[in-house]
Amino acid sequence: MNKTKKLFIGTRSKSGVIFLAFVYTMLISLGFIYLYPILHMFVTSFMSLNDLLDDSVKWIPTHISLDNYKQAIEVMKFRDKIGSTLILAIIPSLCQTAVSAITGYGFARYRFKGKSILMVLVLLTFVIPPHVMMVPRYLMFTDYKMIGSMGVLLYPALLGQGINSAIFILIFTQFFKQTPVSLDESARVDGAGDLRVFLTIAIPLAVPAFIVSILFSFVWYWNETYFSSLFLGSSNIGNQRTITTILMELMQFEDSYKKYIQQVAGSWGAGGSVESIANEAIRMAGTMICILPLLLVYFLLQRYFVESIERTGITGE
Amino acid sequence: MGKKRRLGLGVTARREMKGYLFVLPWTVGFLIFFAYPIVQSFIYSISNVRITAKARIVKPVGFDNFVHIFTKDIYFVERLRVFFINTAFSLPVILVFSLMIAMLINQKIRLKGFFRTLFFLPIIVVSGPVLDRLIAEGATTIPMIQQYGVYDIINEVVPYFLREPISYLFSQLILILWYSGVPILIYLAGLQKIDNNLYEAALIDGASSWVVFWKITLPALKSIILVNAIYTLVFLGTSEINVVIILIKANMLNPNTGFGIASAMAWSYSVGLMLVMGIIYLIAGREKPAVKTERKSVKKPARAKKALAVRG
Repeated sequence: MNKTKKLFIGTRSKSGVIFLAFVYTMLISLGFIYLYPILHMFVTSFMSLNDLLDDSVKWIPTHISLDNYKQAIEVMKFRDKIGSTLILAIIPSLCQTAVSAITGYGFARYRFKGKSILMVLVLLTFVIPPHVMMVPRYLMFTDYKMIGSMGVLLYPALLGQGINSAIFILIFTQFFKQTPVSLDESARVDGAGDLRVFLTIAIPLAVPAFIVSILFSFVWYWNETYFSSLFLGSSNIGNQRTITTILMELMQFEDSYKKYIQQVAGSWGAGGSVESIANEAIRMAGTMICILPLLLVYFLLQRYFVESIERTGITGE
Repeated sequence: MGKKRRLGLGVTARREMKGYLFVLPWTVGFLIFFAYPIVQSFIYSISNVRITAKARIVKPVGFDNFVHIFTKDIYFVERLRVFFINTAFSLPVILVFSLMIAMLINQKIRLKGFFRTLFFLPIIVVSGPVLDRLIAEGATTIPMIQQYGVYDIINEVVPYFLREPISYLFSQLILILWYSGVPILIYLAGLQKIDNNLYEAALIDGASSWVVFWKITLPALKSIILVNAIYTLVFLGTSEINVVIILIKANMLNPNTGFGIASAMAWSYSVGLMLVMGIIYLIAGREKPAVKTERKSVKKPARAKKALAVRG
């Protein structure tokens, strides 16, 4: 009797076997479906041409070929671009996080007239798609001759208008609201000024929020191409200065591949007769290269990533 | 005069000033990068903007741009329609799926960390170019769907006007599921906030887990569902593979249409999005004011206690 009971629902403290089996099956099958594109990409990127053409090879390449990666790295000029890509992702993320923290602290700890209006405006900047501001921002950057320089990402980030800054401001506001005021007060009694309280009391307590903010900003800045390709000058011809990131290289992978092949073939003296369309394996290798740094960061920091999100109380809003 | 005032309001006024100082950078940014561009964008949307070598000529043309994009442009209306219909179908799927995953992960299970890592992974992968590649590769659909002839069934069973969105739903199923990364996170955080005592009380009262879900979990998550719906809508609306925004950019860089048309498109699109958000807000709704419950508590104290508890 006890055993059957255990099988079904168990007790409040322990779930039944059937239930657990159900949960695991769901999680594993959904997880597989979920990961399918990434797995597919990962596996395909190692395949040689023979494996691609062979129908019997579906999941496991006959031998692991790194040629695709070598070619993709050449095509995407990885060595040249990785530096600018990293800088363009890291510096704006740090700026955005810093400003969001300051703003969030202001909202959480101070009372001033018009605060609620400002909070609504913060929400508004999240809700209204940035595409409305695209044309005027573009013209503004053109006027100040900033197209193709890092300023186009840096200045908005520094002034709290980076990618999804509103979310981070709300997270920080929420987070600082949760940290006890008494600590601030005792520091103030000890004679610390407002800035000092913020720097020495509030910031160390808000480490999880900082981690979330920096990580997400980094990922979003890394992944953003729609605006950055416009503002960094690579999507319209005629700009003197352009910066391209790895992701933008991925966008024009086919073209670059053609050029690359012509270059290689040119040195042999065999012009256009060469096959100049990148096969899936090379394209997937290129895609893998783009997400590899993110995957690395994610797997190294995923513990912080997930736990700190739970601790920041995003949902408070 | 000034000194007197300072003496009178000293502490609060100075504290207020400090508050303003903290939000000052953001406010400046808001004015420069949000308020000013949005006004400017509206002006462009009702003007003909031409760029010559020397200057920018902005000539007001009334609502010609809007008339143009809605009557003459062959793509815009069509793409708007496709986007909004697809969103109407994928949004509920995302919301339900992410709630499901969140509840599964929230169980007491082993390898919790592993599964969490797995289900949040797409958050970092969903970027325009990468998704473009994966879609082109056909990796965003489940291969089984085609094998078992799901599309044939759809074509036979589903009425004509639903066919397109539903086959879209199936053909891009994984992609749509991938958008649930952040919603899962938000749900999880919400689930963990629900007081465990509520569940125990319900169990003692003999409620099945089905009932518990509908009577405790869902009502407690109501505001979170709203947050998720809005977030997902914004996310879908600004996704780089969204056909509408691709069109807007193409028009902006096209010398024949130019900035005026692009601004008009961006404005119409945003207004559309805001309308949808309004609808979501009305459906998901705000929590009803607590006053009502209190009034009930006067009449039937026993029941009201439960109602209050449910609200958490």
